[in-house]
Amino acid sequence: MNRRAFLLYPLLALALMALFAGGLAYGAVPIPPESVLDILLGEEPERVSWRHIVLQSRLPQAFTAMLAGASLAASGLLLQTFFRNPLAGPSILGISDGANLGVAVVTLYSGGSLSRLADLPVSGYPAIILAAFVGACAVLGLILYFSSRVRNNVMLLIIGLMIGYLASSVISILNFYASTDKVHAYVMWGLGNFSGVSLAQLPLFMLCSSGGLFFSVLLIKPLNALLLGESYAANLGIRIKRTRMAILLCTGALTAVTTAFCGPVSFIGLAVPHIARLLLGSSNHKTLLPVTLLIGSCVALLCNILMVTPGMNTILPLNAVTPLIGAPVIIYVIINRKNIQYFN
Amino acid sequence: MKQTPVIEAARLCIGYALRNGKKKVVHPGLELRLYAGEVTCLLGLNGAGKSTLLRTLGGFQQALAGEAFLLGKPLSAFSPVEISLTIGVVLTEKTHAGGITVYELVSLGRHPYTGFFGLLKGRDREIIGQSLEAAGISHKASSYVAELSDGERQKAMIAKALAQQCPVILLDEPTAFLDVTSRIETMALLRKLAREQQKTILLSTHDMDSAIQMGDRLWLLEKERPMACGTPEDLILNGQFESFFHKDGILFDPSTGKLTATVPFNPIGVTGDFITSYWAGNALARNGWRPSPPNDTYVNVNCLGKRQIIITLPDKTSLCVNSIDDLIATIETLNANDDKRNHL
Repeated sequence: MNRRAFLLYPLLALALMALFAGGLAYGAVPIPPESVLDILLGEEPERVSWRHIVLQSRLPQAFTAMLAGASLAASGLLLQTFFRNPLAGPSILGISDGANLGVAVVTLYSGGSLSRLADLPVSGYPAIILAAFVGACAVLGLILYFSSRVRNNVMLLIIGLMIGYLASSVISILNFYASTDKVHAYVMWGLGNFSGVSLAQLPLFMLCSSGGLFFSVLLIKPLNALLLGESYAANLGIRIKRTRMAILLCTGALTAVTTAFCGPVSFIGLAVPHIARLLLGSSNHKTLLPVTLLIGSCVALLCNILMVTPGMNTILPLNAVTPLIGAPVIIYVIINRKNIQYFN
Repeated sequence: MKQTPVIEAARLCIGYALRNGKKKVVHPGLELRLYAGEVTCLLGLNGAGKSTLLRTLGGFQQALAGEAFLLGKPLSAFSPVEISLTIGVVLTEKTHAGGITVYELVSLGRHPYTGFFGLLKGRDREIIGQSLEAAGISHKASSYVAELSDGERQKAMIAKALAQQCPVILLDEPTAFLDVTSRIETMALLRKLAREQQKTILLSTHDMDSAIQMGDRLWLLEKERPMACGTPEDLILNGQFESFFHKDGILFDPSTGKLTATVPFNPIGVTGDFITSYWAGNALARNGWRPSPPNDTYVNVNCLGKRQIIITLPDKTSLCVNSIDDLIATIETLNANDDKRNHL
């Protein structure tokens, strides 16, 4: 058993709790931490609006960030192991582009209630979630179809990229003919956020994403065998076709659910597995997957906090923040790949 | 005397089924038998079908016709798990296992035996320890796979195959990319495993020297002719080797067991101390002579020791030299004089 894992688990659990608490205590509207605690304990705060902010906005947002981060990170790890490519991530198979396309169709070409997306009317949001999910699943279905026709995983990866480009191209065309306000609403969705899941929708999101995460944990054994490549894995008794399906379904579901509820969130899925491997010093999924999930949650919660501009009443788009953490990690990993064990 | 073969096949047709229903036949009819306790080396030029044969016997692909019997049971009746319990493989496939330790790599060999999450029990750890020990890599157990040399990596993969506890081990070019000492070490290790653990070992190789030297049995594979099977010496003595490797400009010299561009024609008698005469013969062959049993009609070299080599001419005059270098120089001058005499 990995010694570093013993150290990392409690540390990451602590960090997760701290960041979760930070997410509740810190936001665009300043609320004293004591009041936040009071609200959570069910006592009456100084101002009634604070109660609404903490319970209706910050609490579901923190839960959403936690689960979305873990989902994206798990999805990224599965894809990186499966494609044996360190630059694979949830956005690379075109699944999130499929979700984008679904949302684009709904926001750009539907009735008025959805056009005011900038202030996210609850009535329009379920439609968007549904559209994103349908789009993501459509692409996932295509990928699964091609996965049975194309044996080579790199070819499959390229097909995924091409499907993504196709989806983006259709989105561009839709954007071109859509009215400005609708385009704006769509662009806002594309920036990603963890605040889109209301308290009412939270149980559904939690159910879907934790289901996907549970699924990913079941794949630990075949994932480890796949480190040796498909032939070795097959010789170890792993049923390759079934495993391919399972991994694609799992990552597809995780990406679809997250993208549907939070928009296309960049870099978390790509960078977190690398952070996890570097900290853990192991590619053994028995420890790597749990650590990846924890770090994914932490990073998402951290990004959620960083979105709040200090001193100002504004919130940065999520996808403006995630590259700040993700891109340097990827650059570091690429530059140092000769000295990083898991590349060799 | 002959034991029953572990793997046996008659009229085995190997190749690939193409998408359009056609078949690409690599070899139409192979007769083969593999015995326990022996190292069998599969030799053949690129494209002869070595990998296809190994992949077929390893259960990675179906035979196009005919059936291979493994322990008396048709190979096609084996389930993936049964295969993983019977045939361990060492492949040329690039692994991405740099980020796990040698111990973890070898423990992957226990996959067919462990439960859903691949947790190791005491018995598994015991076998992993024994496998590491038997492959001579236990001192590197806690190193990352990325830190191993090519030879050590090969030993680790062999240890993985041992941990699978399979009676049969198939290796695809296990000595390719290895330096000469690692090559001999690997071959010696395989021989030891065959002898001590009664493993049935089949490996493909381009390394004819090691195969002739260390292989209990050789399979010579070439397109459109029956596969030649037998001990290396029998295959050399009955001319099979020559006929398989006799290509334009390339000759197999049965007296040295090596491929050369030209087989030297001029006979020269070589006798005496075993080691010195072997290397004297080597040097003479390089310089255009064919080492042969002593004969009064040509020049004879009697190696009394490495510092005392007697050259006897057909006219019974003799002279003594004290190094191979001097031997070659003397023979060359004699030859030159001879030539001159012939010209006159």
